[in-house]
Amino acid sequence: MNLKIALAGNPNCGKTTLFNSLTGSTQYVGNWPGVTVEKKEGRLIRNKDVIIQDLPGIYSLSPYSMEEVVSRNYLVNEKPDAILNIVDGTNIERNLYLTTQILEIGLPTVVAINMMDAVDKNGDKIDIEKISKTLGCRVVTMSALNEEGVFEAANACIEAAKEPVKECPHVFSGSVEHALAHIEESIQDKVDKQTLRWHAIKIFERDKEDYKSLHLSEDLLSHLEEHIKDCEEEMDDDAESIITNQRYEYIQKLVSTSVVKKHEKGKLTTSDKIDRVLTNRVLALPLFALIMFVVYYIAMGPLGTFLTDWTNDVLFGEIVPGAVDGFLSSIGVIDWVKSLVIDGIVGGVGTVLGFVPQIAILFILLSILEDSGYMARVAFIFDRIFRRFGLSGKSFIPMVVGTGCGVPAIMSCRTIEEEKDRRMTIMLATFIPCAAKMEIVLIMTQAFFEGNALIATGMYFVGIAIVVVFGIILKKMNIFSGDPAPFVMELPAYHFPSIKGIFIHVWERVKGFMIKAGTIIFLACIVLWLLMNFNFSLQLVDLEESMLKVIGEKIAFIFAPLGFGTWQGAVASVSAEIAKEQATATLGMLAHAASEDEADVVLAIRSLFNNNSWTGLSFMLFNIFNAPCLVAIATAFREQGSFKWGLFTFIFQMCVGYTLALCTYNIGMFVTAGVFNIATIFAFVLVLVILILLFRPVKKN
Amino acid sequence: MKTLKDVAVGESATIIKIHGEGKVKRRIMDMGITKGTEVFVRKVAPLGDPIEITVRGYELSLRKADAEILEIS
Repeated sequence: MNLKIALAGNPNCGKTTLFNSLTGSTQYVGNWPGVTVEKKEGRLIRNKDVIIQDLPGIYSLSPYSMEEVVSRNYLVNEKPDAILNIVDGTNIERNLYLTTQILEIGLPTVVAINMMDAVDKNGDKIDIEKISKTLGCRVVTMSALNEEGVFEAANACIEAAKEPVKECPHVFSGSVEHALAHIEESIQDKVDKQTLRWHAIKIFERDKEDYKSLHLSEDLLSHLEEHIKDCEEEMDDDAESIITNQRYEYIQKLVSTSVVKKHEKGKLTTSDKIDRVLTNRVLALPLFALIMFVVYYIAMGPLGTFLTDWTNDVLFGEIVPGAVDGFLSSIGVIDWVKSLVIDGIVGGVGTVLGFVPQIAILFILLSILEDSGYMARVAFIFDRIFRRFGLSGKSFIPMVVGTGCGVPAIMSCRTIEEEKDRRMTIMLATFIPCAAKMEIVLIMTQAFFEGNALIATGMYFVGIAIVVVFGIILKKMNIFSGDPAPFVMELPAYHFPSIKGIFIHVWERVKGFMIKAGTIIFLACIVLWLLMNFNFSLQLVDLEESMLKVIGEKIAFIFAPLGFGTWQGAVASVSAEIAKEQATATLGMLAHAASEDEADVVLAIRSLFNNNSWTGLSFMLFNIFNAPCLVAIATAFREQGSFKWGLFTFIFQMCVGYTLALCTYNIGMFVTAGVFNIATIFAFVLVLVILILLFRPVKKN
Repeated sequence: MKTLKDVAVGESATIIKIHGEGKVKRRIMDMGITKGTEVFVRKVAPLGDPIEITVRGYELSLRKADAEILEIS
């Protein structure tokens, strides 16, 4: 028989480390349905009948964040057989706050006090017996980092699941208890006896998420409302605050009698000393730049480049194609199938896997920064800037990572707790030009702007401007508006990250990337290869006679308002969606240069765009600031957690790129050459629309 | 009304009332800033906002705009 244990606890309480120790390599990582909140499940190493369900790290079971709603719905509706509540022993007061809420759900619960090694080192004493007796549940101690006591904690859950649940602790004072008793009495025939207390408190707090599900009559609700109002008047506070206050008062009393802190006031811990330097008023920004430089130097510098080049040029350039070629030839496969497999599938999937070394290195380094506690400080340092356009400091990291590659940039959005901010950051992060887009910039500036390096720098500024402008515009839209996300963030103490944890984390990410992005790319590669190499009678032909050319001609009109409405422009833009750097190769192929010489290639590309700098600029802007490459699009779909949101992200990004290119080309042509047509009118209208969206006043509800 | 925003770096204050409502208020209280809690203002971020405080033995960062709803004695 399967037994389900749910892991619940605050962020930074060591829950992930515990989950890794308990489940080993059996984890399944996905998303909770419809939201971007991660869902992890695994089986207990020593007892495969036990399923461990990891819940998101939360501070409370309030209805205000996605993580909290996901967790409480799971605990209340799915009813796991036991809850293992992890409590950080070095921060026991705030951690027990969640515990008081969990106990009210009425499921068998074990409280595991974690980080006992740090507690012992600090010289603090925790009276486990006393806490267990007061809370009315089993309490165990452990150190997840050193793997001490973790299986004992799981076994305690298995034992607890067999026993009846004791009555939950009496947290609240006289008049609140009185009101709660009234509520309990009037709903006791509607809910399980076990969850009676939970629902009563939720009704008292006027928690709509909860009492919607109970279908209470209007009469009953207004009757109960009177009791709540009486209590509020007596306590001179709102119901929610009364509950929170009393919970903390209760915990304070419990902690003061069961925890002895060896307090040394004024003495700085190592963590304090590190923090003094890293968030120093003068040093914070230069140090951040230095740390980011080191991260980039390792990931994109000699080591990263070597690994990427090796994967692309040697592994998927020679070894794998060579081996596949040899194998296919030996079994006598016909040529076009061989070409499909080698050029189409191996080449295309190789491009995807070529990302893997850099992603892995970037993620290892970012995980170290995250685990050590530095990322929270980065958000702390930069919050002021990002708040101006409706995001928080946490959106900064994806933007920085985005200068390297959009794929890890989108994946690193997971550290943003607020769902709206996370969705917005996923939509915006890839506007910062990545390394591959710089290849387009390079060739186009050579062709049209005499290789002016300022153009490349300028593209970063355009990217930043887009993030700011569309950040503000999105924030004013209904789906992203609403209460500003409170930036009330814990700054955890700095500590050495767990190497094992980092490798498991990075492996999860890389595996997810390879499976999900890999399948989409695999299909896309086959389709594109077929289009490039066959005509509609399914005969093997050159690119110039292929289906792709016909399709390019058919869709070229879309790009006409941007100035490059030719089949070559269309095909190059489509191939840029496979991989941004692919656009340069395609252009080179289509331009028919007189020789391989760079000067000739540049000349041929110029003529492809009618020797018009505005057309060249328009092509460049469109391909840099529209949706990212297929791999990044696939990642965005995955990280947004729903098809609808993935599609919205894609369409939004396409519109931004199209608008930017259209406005630049047409207004540029109007100003410099006096060209005026219907597209010019469109361009001015679009500029006006963006200005209105940007500056319109926000409706306050 | 004196609020946490007025407290200088390196000083402590006791919260007597939490103004505001909804999500922000609930979140602040969930994090342990309740009536009667003592908080210590540790530092201000390099760009002048947010601030870092010590409450119930741990470090918390909070925007000045949110510190304004915390009335102190």
